[in-house]
Amino acid sequence: MTTSQIPNAKRVRESAIARWLLILIALLFLTAFLVLPLASVLVEAFAKGWQTYLDSIRDPDALSAIRLTLLASGIAVSLNLLFGLSAAWAVSRFSFKGKNLLISLIDLPLAVSPVVSGLIFVLLFGLHGWFGKWLDSHNISILFAVPGIVLATLFVTFPFVARELIPFMQAQGTGEEEAALVLGASAWRIFLFVTLPNIRWSLLYGVILCSARAMGEFGAVSVVSGHIRGATNTLPLQVEILYNEYNFAAAFSVASLLSLIAVVTLSAKKIIEGKAGIQKGRA
Amino acid sequence: MGASFSAREISIPEAEQFGGVATRFARARRRSRFRLKKPGVLPGFGISLGFTVTYLSLIVFLPLSAILLKTATLHWAQFLETVASSRVMASYRLTFGASFVGASIDALFGFVIAWVLARYQFPGKRIADALVDLPFALPTAVAGIALTSLYAPNGWIGRYLHPLGIDVVFTRIGVVLALTFIGLPFVVRSVQPVIEDLGRDVEEVSASLGANAWQTFARVIFPAVLPALLTGFTLAFARALGEYGSVIFISGNMPMHTEITSLLIVSKLEQFDYAGATAIASVMLVSSFGLLLVINGLQARTRKFEDKQ
Repeated sequence: MTTSQIPNAKRVRESAIARWLLILIALLFLTAFLVLPLASVLVEAFAKGWQTYLDSIRDPDALSAIRLTLLASGIAVSLNLLFGLSAAWAVSRFSFKGKNLLISLIDLPLAVSPVVSGLIFVLLFGLHGWFGKWLDSHNISILFAVPGIVLATLFVTFPFVARELIPFMQAQGTGEEEAALVLGASAWRIFLFVTLPNIRWSLLYGVILCSARAMGEFGAVSVVSGHIRGATNTLPLQVEILYNEYNFAAAFSVASLLSLIAVVTLSAKKIIEGKAGIQKGRA
Repeated sequence: MGASFSAREISIPEAEQFGGVATRFARARRRSRFRLKKPGVLPGFGISLGFTVTYLSLIVFLPLSAILLKTATLHWAQFLETVASSRVMASYRLTFGASFVGASIDALFGFVIAWVLARYQFPGKRIADALVDLPFALPTAVAGIALTSLYAPNGWIGRYLHPLGIDVVFTRIGVVLALTFIGLPFVVRSVQPVIEDLGRDVEEVSASLGANAWQTFARVIFPAVLPALLTGFTLAFARALGEYGSVIFISGNMPMHTEITSLLIVSKLEQFDYAGATAIASVMLVSSFGLLLVINGLQARTRKFEDKQ
């Protein structure tokens, strides 16, 4: 039976007025909460003109923050990419006891708040921490130095690649790889020529999500960084310092770089979704 | 409960026609795949599982066990004194209260946004859909200063609210606002796929049985979406509990009034009070792990509903 045959078919659908009212509410909410904040970053960044904008970004402290952010997120994303691939391979290609537990444990860092994520590294590597005395006597600094920032970023962005890959590879099944194996391909060849081409979009999306979070992480990094200008400040920390000094134009200029990363992430998601039909609902 | 019952009754004929066979088929397939996979014919099992478990232990377990063991060394009286002091209690009230209000606002508007995105066509829909994820992608510190500048008494929105006597920046309203911002995508992305999967036919059946639009919504659609909505609400709430970056700029951080628990942990650390910071952190950690269990339960329920469809 089609809609038109039902006697009170009109009652099924909402009236046009209700429909447009709902659309209006949704768009107003999205504008007030999402569009305006994004727009305000750009407007405030250019409030004092291009010259101030460029000067704020070319400031030595800002440049060093950019370098540190790229370094820390580069290391964190590469290691977590390696982990994501290996975890997804183990979980989706084999069956073993405790597999579901392993999948749940991978998500654990998402349940730990950013500040607590930083705190655990203070407890490990701080002067009164487990390894603090030993590190101090060997003149190795982790906390309030670059290694601490890398570790905190690693922890916070830990699940991102694995979370994208695991459901995708599980849904794909093992058929193609088994066929390659039967045809005599080596392990490396199977991975490179069968698995990798199949998972490339999902992998790319995981890497983009992981990078965006790595570059933007604030709470955890703030706790372990020590806020040493030109040495242990990442971009988000640089934004905080400039803002707290009432140097708003500079703060928003640096913030605009981070917003750019966010916009690139969102666009990439849309494009990749179109390419691979990646499921919505996970991010 | 009565409402959810009627939803199930309507889908029974369908379930009997297709669901029975499909479920049996799926079960049989799952069983055969399991048998096929058991030996694990593909190479790389040892090395991939070994690396996964080692890396997980080093990056996640070792650090997390530090906080548990540190908490265990605290004296009970000292622990209680820290986590139940009036300033800390005030911060729990604010953090849990504002997170609850923020997640509720997200649940309400997130439902509308998900509905509109799943059901209607309108200009700018693709952009609106992409924008929903902005709070995931935008660094929290940037969100914090952007919201503060918008709602400051001279900001784009604040200048209209200020004459009305509504101050957002440096008040609890500001805390709720920031937590609403960061929680929105959790609700939309939980609810949207469920609404998309909800066939129009269910509504048509409901109408043909004499229900009007409101009854169809309240007794057919809403019960079906409810588990996903609760999941989204809980995800948003859990995220809000630990939020730091977006709140500290807009809240003004006044002790007993607009100081959130995350900030208290940071200020304890800045005073080198590791024991105090750990005590408060362990309370937050236990709450978020508790919520994680709730979320897992809810997601299992959502899946059960989807399987039934």
